[in-house]
Amino acid sequence: MDDAIIRVDGLRHRYGDFAAVDGISFTIGRGEIFSFLGPNGAGKSTAINVLTTLLRIQEGTVKIAGHDLASDPQAVREDIGIVFQEDTLDRDLTVAETLEFHGRLYGLPRAERAARIAELLELVELTGWAKVRTKRLSGGMKRRLEIARGLMTRPVVLFLDEPTIGLDPQTRLRMWDYLQAVNREGTTIFLTTHYMDEADRLSDRVAIIDHGKIIAEGTPLSLKNALGEDIIMLCTGDDRAAEAVIRGMEGITGVKKDPAGLTLLVAGDGTHVLPVVMHRLEEEGITVISVNLKKPSMDDVFVHFTGRKLRDNSAGEGH
Amino acid sequence: MRVFGFLTVYWRDMLRYFRFRTQLFSSLLQPALWLAFFGIAMAANFDRIMMGDTGALPGVPSVGYFTFMAAGVIAMNVLFTNLFGGFILLFDKNWGLMREMLASPMPRRDIIFGLCLSGVTKSSFQATVIIVIGLLLGVAFFVGKTAVEVAGSLVGIFAFIAVFAIGFLSLSTAIALVTESPEGFQGVTTLLTMPVFFASNALYPTDAFPEALQWLVAVNPLTYLVTGIRHFAIGDHFTAIGVEYLTTTGDIALAFGALLVFAVVTFALAWRTVERAVIT
Ligand SMILES: Nc1ncnc2c1ncn2[C@@H]1O[C@H](COP(=O)(O)OP(=O)(O)OP(=O)(O)O)[C@@H](O)[C@H]1O
Ligand SMILES: [Mg+2]
Repeated sequence: MDDAIIRVDGLRHRYGDFAAVDGISFTIGRGEIFSFLGPNGAGKSTAINVLTTLLRIQEGTVKIAGHDLASDPQAVREDIGIVFQEDTLDRDLTVAETLEFHGRLYGLPRAERAARIAELLELVELTGWAKVRTKRLSGGMKRRLEIARGLMTRPVVLFLDEPTIGLDPQTRLRMWDYLQAVNREGTTIFLTTHYMDEADRLSDRVAIIDHGKIIAEGTPLSLKNALGEDIIMLCTGDDRAAEAVIRGMEGITGVKKDPAGLTLLVAGDGTHVLPVVMHRLEEEGITVISVNLKKPSMDDVFVHFTGRKLRDNSAGEGH
Repeated sequence: MRVFGFLTVYWRDMLRYFRFRTQLFSSLLQPALWLAFFGIAMAANFDRIMMGDTGALPGVPSVGYFTFMAAGVIAMNVLFTNLFGGFILLFDKNWGLMREMLASPMPRRDIIFGLCLSGVTKSSFQATVIIVIGLLLGVAFFVGKTAVEVAGSLVGIFAFIAVFAIGFLSLSTAIALVTESPEGFQGVTTLLTMPVFFASNALYPTDAFPEALQWLVAVNPLTYLVTGIRHFAIGDHFTAIGVEYLTTTGDIALAFGALLVFAVVTFALAWRTVERAVIT
């Protein structure tokens, strides 16, 4: 019996000449929470739209819950649920009608529909808004409603395209808890995100995707461990000289210099390596302006694999 | 188990139909105004042109222009309701529920089925209102018929309306699925409106049309709908504004058959289009 609930092999999707998804392969095990972590335009939504049969598959093979995507999209649709990235509500239906429509669309029996709607409205704190048309909801409330809608059914695989975008921190935490509960009941979850903490906290496995390609894949822990156990951030009077001194020191597996300073990847326990580094720099007469020791975060993982910061796409570039 | 998916689509479209009161009200008022203004004004004109000569044949009932055009107004209303009825899909595609429906296990043809059913409902509802208003304004429908005969006539009228509605609603959904903007949709449907509406027997006799136009009239589904409505509402043999109208049962069966073919073809087109639809 095949453990993999999703098997993607050589998936490529072009818009005209431009390959938005450029030959990706991965598998997702039954019951896993798997995320695509990537910046704007990485190809996350394109990949999800192909997997959910909204875009016709062009190249590669995909099997979802044992069904071939190209030859049997209808069977795939039977087994999946999806929360879209875009606003896809009917502005003139009420909150309750939106969920009712979804329940009917998936053929849920009446009693189950009613129970689910009540439960989910409670979860996303929209119970008092049940009779209000969706055009009167705030952005975050619409998002919550869309998530609730995706959770109406208990599909084999639930796809969520940047589910918690625009949600306040408490609500995000509650959504995560609920997604984990849904996952424990047996639903495999595939989500895309550009929130590091979301990928880190929620997923069993993460694939970092950029320019349509998967550039790293593994558990959040293994990805972070790839960078070493600890990270030292260092700012000195002469970074260039400092880099030359530190490179090749024992216990240091990598040095990266950028305008903000030096980033040292440490193989072992950073608390022991740091004094040694400080001592060497002092010997060389290099002044240390600031120093910081920390565990690698998903942010660091991302910078390490893509060479750029995820959040800096618009704001940080150019200086 | 996924046999009744179209009811979901239908349910939602009906919710919207009855939710927008102003729109609903104006869609009902518009044909009434056509009857009241165009009908009464033109009736006066025709009476003047004919100078009292109604062209009546001995033994054949003669109806006034007002009654003649009332059938056309019903048909026109059904045409417009359904020709624009696919707009919801364009709306859904750009701002709404299209993704949700396309990604769901509901067979995609049910989107078309559901909207067709809602087109038939709206059309029948509106036709009923127009018939009632028309009768109040003096339209001479169902003259000399018993209650049972009237019921039979209504069945005939609504059967014609239903098939016609399915035909144009399917066409409209197909257009909505391939156009990108409301303007594009409006452009195409408005373009269709002109020949369909004016190259038909809805408002005037077509006997005197030039041959090319006659040909267009003959392939125009609206002609068949109007013929059907007149047959059941007025009678199988009458004169109006100097023209004799005679429809045998065979003629009516043929007209109905033509509408069926039209509906089947456009439904197939819409089905094919929705099966191939991808989100953009
Ligand atoms: N319909 C389309 N036609 C042409 N190009 C497209 C289309 N949709 C997306 N693209 C391009 O494909 C690339 C990937 O887009 P996609 O929406 O998959 O990215 P994403 O990872 O979901 O980004 P985001 O985080 O902003 O949602 C982008 O460069 C985008 O410009
Ligand atoms: Mg996206």
